[in-house]
Amino acid sequence: MKFAIVVFPGSNCDHDAYHATKHVLGQDAEFVWHKETDLREPDVVILPGGFAHGDYLRTGAIARFSPVMDSVRAFAEAGNPLIGICNGFQVLLEAGLLPGAMLRNTEKYKCEYVHARVEQTDTPFTNLCARGQVLKIPIAHGEGNYYADPDTVAGLEANRQVIFRYVSPKGEATAESNPNGSLNNIAGICNATRNVVGLMPHPERACESQLGSADGKVVLESVVSALITRI
Amino acid sequence: MKARVFVTLKPSVFDPQGHTITEALHQMGYDGVDDVRQGKYFELNLPDASADQARTLAGEVAQKLLANPVIESYRIEVAE
Repeated sequence: MKFAIVVFPGSNCDHDAYHATKHVLGQDAEFVWHKETDLREPDVVILPGGFAHGDYLRTGAIARFSPVMDSVRAFAEAGNPLIGICNGFQVLLEAGLLPGAMLRNTEKYKCEYVHARVEQTDTPFTNLCARGQVLKIPIAHGEGNYYADPDTVAGLEANRQVIFRYVSPKGEATAESNPNGSLNNIAGICNATRNVVGLMPHPERACESQLGSADGKVVLESVVSALITRI
Repeated sequence: MKARVFVTLKPSVFDPQGHTITEALHQMGYDGVDDVRQGKYFELNLPDASADQARTLAGEVAQKLLANPVIESYRIEVAE
């Protein structure tokens, strides 16, 4: 199983994603520089967290025009699993591969553990989860306030495209458990064909209990399992 | 020609930065400020373009890059 981890100038969770996939999961992993156009036949593509192009203009706004993005789009449109984590999620939104946009957090930059409830398990990144499972995963962002117009949000809910929601440790979606002002406590969504997932929390940073939580590991394990089942 | 592009959040979109600025102004005693909306301003220098060309080009880049149509709208001015 080969993971391609796209590296933009300013990505800073690329090595976290590499460590989690290569050393924790024991899979093949390769970096792909954003100026490359060949993804080198991966099974999964990760757009990692960070500050691509310094977050200049808007988060993800410049990165979406990187040469690699045409291949990323083709990879996703062929139905392959693509995940954007934090800044990677922001890039997917700007690229139109997922609906909506990010606004600044209602309060401030937040770097802390949150609880994310798995809302749907029929995606390649959540198929090993239980519905309603609460994952303790860190966030680190200033612009994770998910916004879309009311029709789009209603469509996401109706089509079960909200995959992760910020909740209390007990699993309740409350205003207090929402770290950034996201509509409907949305922490992660998928596209209509369910193979592209974006989320603000960092599962790749929560893969070893020694580092505080191993709850994120199931997200990456899910995609390995999904691909084995497919093969 | 110079094209000026003003990008603002759509009225329906909450502006966390504008809200924080409004709160600061109230703390400073400017109680008459009801609301602040923060936007972006771009100046494109287009030495060889006519006014029409400048307007068209600015519209194109505003749509494609400078503004995110999901949350923002834009206005263009063209000047010598």
